[in-house]
Amino acid sequence: MKQTLFDKVWDSHVVKSINNGPDVLFIDRHMIHEVTSPVAFLGLKNRKLPVLYPERTFATADHNTPTLNQHLPVADPLSRNQLKALEENATAHGISYWGLGHKKNGIVHVVGPEYGITQPGATIVCGDSHTSTHGAFGAIAFGIGTSEVEMVLATQCIMQPKPKKMRISINGSLNHGVTPKDVALFIISKLTTSGATGYFVEYAGEVFEQLSMEGRMTVCNLSIEMGARGGMIAPDEKTFEYIKGREFTPQGSNWDKAMAYWKTLYTDEGATFDKELTFDGAEIDPMITFGTNPGMGMSITKVIPTAASVEGGAATYKKSLDYMGYNEGESMIGKPIDFVFIGSCTNGRIEDFRAFASIVKGKKRAKNVTAWLVPGSHKVLASIKEEGLLEIFEAAEFELREPGCSACLAMNDDKIPAGKYAVSTSNRNFEGRQGPGSRTLLASPLVAAAAAITGKITDPRTLIQ
Amino acid sequence: MAYDSFSILTSTAVPLPIENVDTDQIIPARFLKATERVGFGDNLFRDWRYNQDDSPKADFVLNDATYQGKIFVCGHNFGSGSSREHAAWAVYDYGFRCVVSSFFADIFRNNCLNIGVLPVQVSTEFLAEIFEAIQDDPSTQLTVDLHKQSIVLSSNGKSEFFDINDYKKDNMLNGYDDIDYLSNIKSEIEGFALNTPL
Ligand code: SF4
Repeated sequence: MKQTLFDKVWDSHVVKSINNGPDVLFIDRHMIHEVTSPVAFLGLKNRKLPVLYPERTFATADHNTPTLNQHLPVADPLSRNQLKALEENATAHGISYWGLGHKKNGIVHVVGPEYGITQPGATIVCGDSHTSTHGAFGAIAFGIGTSEVEMVLATQCIMQPKPKKMRISINGSLNHGVTPKDVALFIISKLTTSGATGYFVEYAGEVFEQLSMEGRMTVCNLSIEMGARGGMIAPDEKTFEYIKGREFTPQGSNWDKAMAYWKTLYTDEGATFDKELTFDGAEIDPMITFGTNPGMGMSITKVIPTAASVEGGAATYKKSLDYMGYNEGESMIGKPIDFVFIGSCTNGRIEDFRAFASIVKGKKRAKNVTAWLVPGSHKVLASIKEEGLLEIFEAAEFELREPGCSACLAMNDDKIPAGKYAVSTSNRNFEGRQGPGSRTLLASPLVAAAAAITGKITDPRTLIQ
Repeated sequence: MAYDSFSILTSTAVPLPIENVDTDQIIPARFLKATERVGFGDNLFRDWRYNQDDSPKADFVLNDATYQGKIFVCGHNFGSGSSREHAAWAVYDYGFRCVVSSFFADIFRNNCLNIGVLPVQVSTEFLAEIFEAIQDDPSTQLTVDLHKQSIVLSSNGKSEFFDINDYKKDNMLNGYDDIDYLSNIKSEIEGFALNTPL
């Protein structure tokens, strides 16, 4: 039978199917962090259950961690307590733990691929919705709730019905100044935040083939923002090249064995999807969001649509524009901004900092802008220094912080103040996401860089030589 | 037995006719710092419910004594965004046992089922009718019957069938959870794991 990439990976992990019920899905690798795991460990304790396969779980601290002075004790007692709980739980159960200050520490979805935990054909889960990032390697990866974290710890399985399948193909090539982030925001603007609910997405076509692994991660990362369970891209030479030799990738004869399996991971010619969408790469411009969900995005050159022209309730749409302080029909270009945030598991990898540097090089930060540059991991931080990007940032009067989720969800001190506008490379522009009352505009690192230099929304193509 | 069982619930309902409500609104991230599952109900819709000085916002439905009950009726695409189960805990801890909407985000729906809150998906038309009925008369009751998979609006007796798979239905009726099931098939899982390279 003709199978899709998703079928191949899902079906080979089904321990058992329950009639008119879920599949019992075996999980190869499980990532945990401090926020969604403590109650799961508490559950295990109450049920007096051990962790079945501790070697399949990896712990890192990221959501709550400060991005300045990480060598000092964490000031917030609640955050400190959660970080301590993660360390204690990981240690007690023999789980590898990359805590604050550890050289492999960083955002869970950034460090997974960096150390080869993420592999083609694997099932990967984490108590965080952006686990979809790992799909860039041809893995089935998705976010789970805390009850499921407990299930995976106790049994290495979760129970879920098999999702429907959608393929999104984009052919042609991308225009100058258009990045993977723009591709993702473009797709979400077309599908809305619920357009892919119930589906697992495969991204296919020339545009995705041409993307780097970092770019593919950015696209897969944002799958959840259109409601999808996850997104994946068939592994190719670029994928194998990326993972080869990393700490947790197979070595020697195991590598050859793994490669033989990985090379079978593609959608068979003629396999069917429940839904197929096709776009042309040339349609995509640099994007920006103007509302309070990631589906409220548009080409940076367009004007804010009217309530009458969009799907969904007008009242909810207007409430959203009111929150943002914007009106229908306005242009985004030229709107003043206050903050810029470069980071998160969406755009906190080395390629994103290179893109940011390509625009700010030789210029100066706008005086009205506060910019937070937060690498996704220590490894990214080290590369920024090695590649000489730090000097470029410092000459342009930007300060580099230490790794973590930071202002992506503002659980630490990095909060955008109420009413202020932030151009962010992260993934969610929900009300208050970056701090109570904060107003977020999601965009690519290039758009963020252009805003940081000019102090207002600017088409980055006007600054690219 | 992992949580309360659910069979039939008859209650008045609290309406929130806003679409695309995300989990950051249901429970803002700064309240996710607990290491135990207690007290989340107090912060359900924290920023919609309270001003910055912690005084209640009079115009938000949870602060309006007119609307009470164990059923929460919400707009299309409820619970999008983050996977935080804390959002479902907050809904439960506040006192809701059932959430009704015309569409749920995947992870939120799953999280609800895993902790014993029943998500009931109805048609767009029926949802509009329910909102209208509650608005006209806040003492309007809804009856959710998990055995029959039906939801009935008391004001006009109209009802709709809702979907839930047999396995989850059985779990909810009995208060079992997935770990109970998985623990029972542990040897099968261990056998499977032998052929699964790390
Ligand atoms: S960077 Fe943001 S989206 Fe990514 S894991 Fe951290 S909090 Fe979640």
